[in-house]
Amino acid sequence: MKNFIVVCCCLAFSTMANAAEFTVDQKDKKFTESEMNIAVGDTVNFRNDDPFSHNVYSLSEAKSFDLGSYPKGESRPVTFDQAGQIEVGCAIHFDMALIINVK
Amino acid sequence: MTNYSKKQLHILLLAASFVLPMQAIGSTLKAGDTSLQKWLLPGEVPQPDNNKMTPDRVELGKMLFWDTRLSGDGNMSCASCHNPLFGWSDGLPTARGSKSKVLGRASPVVTNTAFNAMQMWDGRKKTLEEQAMGPMEATVEMNMDIGNLFKWIKSNKGYKTAFDKAYPGEGINQSTLSRAIASFERTIVSNNSPFDQWVKGDAKAMSKEQVRGFGVFLDQNKGNCAACHGAPNFVDNGFHNLGLASYGDEKPDMGRFVQLPLARMKGAFKTPTLRDISLSAPYFHDGSAATLMDVMQTYADHGYVEGNISPEIDSINLTKQDMQDLVAFMEALTTPPKPFTLPILPLD
Repeated sequence: MKNFIVVCCCLAFSTMANAAEFTVDQKDKKFTESEMNIAVGDTVNFRNDDPFSHNVYSLSEAKSFDLGSYPKGESRPVTFDQAGQIEVGCAIHFDMALIINVK
Repeated sequence: MTNYSKKQLHILLLAASFVLPMQAIGSTLKAGDTSLQKWLLPGEVPQPDNNKMTPDRVELGKMLFWDTRLSGDGNMSCASCHNPLFGWSDGLPTARGSKSKVLGRASPVVTNTAFNAMQMWDGRKKTLEEQAMGPMEATVEMNMDIGNLFKWIKSNKGYKTAFDKAYPGEGINQSTLSRAIASFERTIVSNNSPFDQWVKGDAKAMSKEQVRGFGVFLDQNKGNCAACHGAPNFVDNGFHNLGLASYGDEKPDMGRFVQLPLARMKGAFKTPTLRDISLSAPYFHDGSAATLMDVMQTYADHGYVEGNISPEIDSINLTKQDMQDLVAFMEALTTPPKPFTLPILPLD
C-alpha cells in the first residue's frame, strides 16, 4: 500500500511538472486565439485586455466552467484535466469563440 | 528642468485641459478624423451565401412582410409590430399579439439588424432567416397554422409567380419564405445620419451640443456608452442586465439566462442599436422608459434593482448637461427617412 501511494505521488508530480501554462487574451471582443491544442493537465489563463468586462465559460462535456465576469487586466485560470474538444465563449459577447483541443 | 513663467504655465494647463479628455476617450472629436472611421457601417449589408439579395427576393419579402393573411386571424403582419411609422417598432411599451394579448417584451426594431450577430432580445435566433418563421408559429403572436399557411400561399397565383422569380426551382416552403423576408429586412438600413456625415468630414453636420454628447458617450468616466454600444452599429452583440425596475418583479423575465443558464445572464437582454433610436420610443426591452431622457436617468441612477447589474453601469457619472448632450447626440444618429412604397399584395 505504501509503495502504491509513492507511485501515485510520483505520477502526480510528473504530470504537474510537465504541465504547461498558456495565456489567451480577450481583446477587441475576440479571443486572441481561435483554436489551440494543449495536453491534459495544462492550464490556460484567460486575461481580459478590453476596457470592459468579459466572461469566460464552457458548457462542453469534457470541461464545464463559468469564470464569471471580470474587468480589464484581470486573469483567471482553468486547468484542463480531461481530453476532448472544448468550446469556450464569453456569455456577454455572443460572437466570441475559442476551441481548445485537449489531447 | 525648464523654468516656466506664470503665463506660460497657464497656457500649458489650459492646453492640457483640452488634451486630457481626448486621451481619456481614445478618439479625437474632430469631423473626419481617422480615429472615427470605424463608426461607418460597411457599404454592403452582410448576406449568407445561399441568400444573396436580388430585387425579386426583396420584393417578395416585402409582400410577405406586409401581408396580414400570414396570421391566424388574418389581421396581423410582420409590419404590425415592426412598422416604419414607429421606427420599425410599434410605439408601444410591449408588443400586442394575437387577440391583442399584451406580451412581455417590446417589439425590437428591424433597423440594421442585418449587421448583428444574432436576433431577438434574448439572442435565441442567430440569423434573420432563422428568425423569420418564429412570430407566425408563436401562438401568442401571429398564431398561424403553418400547414394552412403554405396550402394557401401555394394556391395563390401571384405568390407562386413571385416565388418562382425569386427562388427558381426551389418551390414555396419555409426556407424560401424565410429567405425572402430576410432579404427585405436587409434593406432596412440606417447609415446616412448627421453623425455619419460628421464622421466623413462635414464639421457642420452635428451641433456643438451633439459633438459634446459624443464625447460623453465615449468617455469611460462619464457615459461609458461605447463599452456596449460600440462601432459601427452601436451594439456589442452582447447581453446586459441594466437593473430595470421590472427585474424586481416576483417572477422577472430572465432574458438570455433561459437560453444560456449562466449567472451573469440572469435578466440580461441584447444591446439594441442606437441608429434611428429617436424614432422608436418607448425604450428598453420592457418599454419602461418613455423618452431618451428617461433612459439617461436610468443610467445616471445606475439602475434600480441590484443583484446582477452589468459592471459597465457602475462607472457612469452623468450631469444633467451630459444627459442633455447625450440625447442631442442620439438624435444625430437618425438617417433622414426616405419615401417608402407599400407593396400590392396578390389577391389570388
